[in-house]
Amino acid sequence: MKRAALRVATVFVATVVEAFEELRVHRGRVLLSLIGVAAAVCALATVVGAGAIAEQAGRELQERNGGRPATVSLNAYSTTGPLDVEQAGAAWRDALDRHDVDFASRVGWGGLTVPFADGALTVQAQVVDPDYGVMHRVAVGEGRWFADRDADRLAPALVVNEAFWAKLGRPALATHPVVELIGSERVDAVVVGVTPSQGGWDTQPSMFVLTDAYVGLQPETPDPMMGEFVPAYEMWVPEGVSDELMASMREAFRSGIGEGATVDGWRTDYAAIEGDPYLPLKLTVAGVAVVILLLGALGLVTVSLVTVRTRIREIGIRRSFGASAGRVFFSVLMESVVGTFVAGVVGVGISIALVRSPLMGMALGGARIEDMPGFPVEAALIGIAAAVAVGALAGLVPALAAVRVRVIDAIRF
Amino acid sequence: MSLVQARGVGRTVELADGSPLEILTGVDLEIAEGDRVSIVGRSGSGKSTLLNLLGLLDLPTAGELHCLGVDVRRTRSGTRDRLRGDGIGFVFQQFNLLPGRTALENVQTPLLYSGGRAFWQRERLAREMLDRVGLGERLDAKPERLSGGEQQRVAIARALVRRPRLILADEPTGALDLETGAEVMQLIESVAAETGAALVTITHDPSIAARSTRHLRLVSGRLEARELEPAGGASTEAGMAAGAAA
Repeated sequence: MKRAALRVATVFVATVVEAFEELRVHRGRVLLSLIGVAAAVCALATVVGAGAIAEQAGRELQERNGGRPATVSLNAYSTTGPLDVEQAGAAWRDALDRHDVDFASRVGWGGLTVPFADGALTVQAQVVDPDYGVMHRVAVGEGRWFADRDADRLAPALVVNEAFWAKLGRPALATHPVVELIGSERVDAVVVGVTPSQGGWDTQPSMFVLTDAYVGLQPETPDPMMGEFVPAYEMWVPEGVSDELMASMREAFRSGIGEGATVDGWRTDYAAIEGDPYLPLKLTVAGVAVVILLLGALGLVTVSLVTVRTRIREIGIRRSFGASAGRVFFSVLMESVVGTFVAGVVGVGISIALVRSPLMGMALGGARIEDMPGFPVEAALIGIAAAVAVGALAGLVPALAAVRVRVIDAIRF
Repeated sequence: MSLVQARGVGRTVELADGSPLEILTGVDLEIAEGDRVSIVGRSGSGKSTLLNLLGLLDLPTAGELHCLGVDVRRTRSGTRDRLRGDGIGFVFQQFNLLPGRTALENVQTPLLYSGGRAFWQRERLAREMLDRVGLGERLDAKPERLSGGEQQRVAIARALVRRPRLILADEPTGALDLETGAEVMQLIESVAAETGAALVTITHDPSIAARSTRHLRLVSGRLEARELEPAGGASTEAGMAAGAAA
């Protein structure tokens, strides 16, 4: 028994030694044939990895606009007259407390006049609560986003965009730069943060203002284009219970406002769309990856087949030494599998370097990705597994051809 | 002890048009340990086919053939492969060294299939055998850097490193000049003598054939005894008729 086990172990070691010997001796050819596989695996892993980053970039872009899944937006109206924002705000907070909702924000648009050094300008204001930053992934380049304590400031806190900050002369935020806001009254506000430019179109000054501060400041004469400031009421809730929570919150909010109130609600995040919105992207990525891999496999099979034809004599010689058909089959297959495994590892390594490089990140919009995904493990595993599978498949054909070699003819080949 | 026993062995192949072609017919042959047998014949007479049958590389289509103690027609392919590796050594006309490998690696190659202690000691065994054939100083030379005679000596070392009981030499001097050919034959014979192996040589060269103790001729697929013409010290011993071998 022990002897048989030792013999089996010896045969296995000998086969591996033989495969490595073959790889070493034929390293030039192997290298050439495996460059194609390594490139294919690299392309496959890069496409999958870059696809994940592109998906994350797209997700984050959508989350900036529509909020993270699941973001529910409620709109309140009154049939008896204009809705009192402060009264509605109190009812909203009460409903949130009763439903244990951790993240919520009022969201609306307004405008305030800002006297810049080169003249006064009406600046568009996005009116929010502090949680909005988390709910909509607001990235802050300089300074910070709003904190809860900012609601208590006498001088309202502002988070301005890059264009606004540039008009102020880019003062250091540590010096608490002050800017005058003109609405129903004139107040000094403090810039606490700056959002980076969102692109070439982002050239007009704009700002985020906290809702409570804005309500006290809003012009007595509403902007004719935007009308009266009426915020929407957003909350970020678990996806699984969003529908039930929305219904319950609508009712609680409506009854909190009082007689004549109507509350509508809907989800604003991308995940509310039926089906997987990234399915077309995923299918495209998968399709490209499969085509790339097939091309790599085709190249390898071609090289392997041609190689076996040139190695017929060698195979015959080995058979004359006592190499069995099974041993020759396994040896040729092992050569291919071991080689493609190494090529797969190399390809994935190059792919990681490519995907993680700053250039690739920027090309995919990575510069604005808040949660930059790591190199997807599945991309690495798919790459290596595909390489081994290709190696096995590509090795199978020449291995079968090697077994079918007629020893006598092979030696004289 | 008898290593090969052939009784009425025949080998027929089917041609492309479906008609049969008899390559060997009614071959009777017995080879014992230590025998020196030469086989001559014209091209196409079936010499190589006979060598392939004796080397377990091919199967007869008629008759009985026992090699190294087994009935080859009733033995599985894997067993024949193992028997071939363990007990038969081939020396080819074109040397057939594995390209890209050194002399030492070439001689080690058969030991990859030995599956026993010899595998683990393959380097030492290969060194010893190369030393034995006078190439102890050319261990790391690749075939393309060796002369014809040296290549054939590497091939001999490779054929004999597993101490085969039967050595099959197919025109071993066909690619060498006369002097080198004689040296190579002397080497094969002396190494075979050390191990007691039987040596079967297929050749066109009368002087090489004359070195054997039994002389056979293949004529149109039939094996017959052969009388050697007296020539330059060569043996004039009458070959044993195949059928009367035992």
